[in-house]
Amino acid sequence: MYRVRLFAVRHSRAFEWLYARLESTMVALDPLFARIGYGRIERPIAAIERATKGLLFDCKMCGQCVLSSTGMSCPMNCPKQLRNGPCGGVRPGGYCEVKPQMRCVWVLAWDGAARMKDGSKVRDVQPPVDRRLEGSSSWLRVSREKAAGLREAREASRTTIAKAFPDARAHEPAAAPLATEPAAAIKPGRDQ
Amino acid sequence: MNEDQQLKPEPWLPSYDDPPPGHVSGSRLERVLRSGQFAVTAELNPPDSADPADVFEAARPLAEVADAINATDASGANCHMSSIGICSLLTRAGHGTIYQISCRDRNRIAIQGDVLGAAAMGVRNVLCLTGDGVGVGDQPGAKPVFDLDSLSLLRTIRTMRDEGTFLSGRRITRPPRMFLGAAENPCVPPLDWRPERLAKKVEAGADFIQTNYIFDVPVFERFMARVRDLGLERRVFILAGVGPLASARAARWMRSNVPGIHIPDAVIERIEKSAKPAEEGKRLCIELMQQIREIPGVAGVHVMAYRREHEVSEIVAESGVLKGRVPERRRTPVTKEPVGENAVEPAGIPGK
Repeated sequence: MYRVRLFAVRHSRAFEWLYARLESTMVALDPLFARIGYGRIERPIAAIERATKGLLFDCKMCGQCVLSSTGMSCPMNCPKQLRNGPCGGVRPGGYCEVKPQMRCVWVLAWDGAARMKDGSKVRDVQPPVDRRLEGSSSWLRVSREKAAGLREAREASRTTIAKAFPDARAHEPAAAPLATEPAAAIKPGRDQ
Repeated sequence: MNEDQQLKPEPWLPSYDDPPPGHVSGSRLERVLRSGQFAVTAELNPPDSADPADVFEAARPLAEVADAINATDASGANCHMSSIGICSLLTRAGHGTIYQISCRDRNRIAIQGDVLGAAAMGVRNVLCLTGDGVGVGDQPGAKPVFDLDSLSLLRTIRTMRDEGTFLSGRRITRPPRMFLGAAENPCVPPLDWRPERLAKKVEAGADFIQTNYIFDVPVFERFMARVRDLGLERRVFILAGVGPLASARAARWMRSNVPGIHIPDAVIERIEKSAKPAEEGKRLCIELMQQIREIPGVAGVHVMAYRREHEVSEIVAESGVLKGRVPERRRTPVTKEPVGENAVEPAGIPGK
């Protein structure tokens, strides 16, 4: 809904906070999600996400949500689906070139970003959308990606060892392992 | 067909040289800009015809004063001869060209292929645009594509050029040597954020910027002041868009029908009050060029004289922005001295 969407942008700072909490919760739940199986929860979570974000942001379920980097104004509502800022056709008063009765999504986005604590993310250059992901849950994707990032950081030392001893890694991979270890196969570290 | 439209002189040899040191493309426009000279580009009105002679005819009044000619890509969502076709023809005739790509009509697969094709045809400058919506054009029922936007397009071509890969990661054996351009519209909302958006375009890969029409110098000056605060004029060459207005009626029509055009009432009034509106429009354009030239950080002008292309050389000559420099060099010998391509020594100012 257009008016709710405008409300969300006006309160971008509060939504930013809310979203950050939601994100850390989702990341914390990653082991649980992984155990149940991401495939199994994909559809119900996507349905909840569609209902919630549809109401609040007129979400189009692109599956690659960047709301936190666009002042809580969803760029998929731009008739040109621009992911990186307004086009050159913005009308006086900040209205859309294609839909003159609608405020430019990106005028709202920069305003929203200015109110946010971490609004400078609006300056990041966003890649083109992968259209295959349309309709899927972005929340679960973030949860998977962030959790993978954390795992990667934890695994950095193993990766370094594997890179520092490339021949051993190639010939005796068990001497410089990289694959994820199941909990049953590994003792807790002495210092931890 | 008259003499200099005939394209039969020296055979065109496809060669693919590396750009000179400190350059990304080696195009004439890039050399002029990096040598610190004030550059002039001009927009060509693309023909609704399949006859190459019509392309050369359209380019003729621009070529003698422009370092590069922009071939629009169905601007205003109106169908005309393609930009890649025009650029290929003009490049072979020895003109500098700027290949405009709009994201409205083609997806990433088509665009990346066309960039390679254009580079192989000798095109060395490309302008990355979002494009006007299909609704304003002559075929409003068309499907808008917008697979990429102007920024992801910039980053895509930069990746092709600098990393030598497609977006898929597949290798390109000889990357496209392109001088990357982007547009900016300093005089339309959100005014405060326009310089930030320019910064984002530089971040995405822009080497030069061509702005939309500047009729409001104070607004443009504020924009440029912020651009200088951000240090952007040292990272990107900014060419300010100018053009002659034919009459007050035409100006009003443009303002309300062409997306992204801001013309202050005072400007329209000045033309309306004049006994010779077309003369006044030309005069105004010349004055704007002279004022804009003095703004620190402006590297050149981009002349868009829609349906008044015949006035371009006079406007540029009278403005004096070229300071006696002759940009043109044709493969067909028209001028006696070698000028243009070889006359400019690169000095490597901003950018890479």
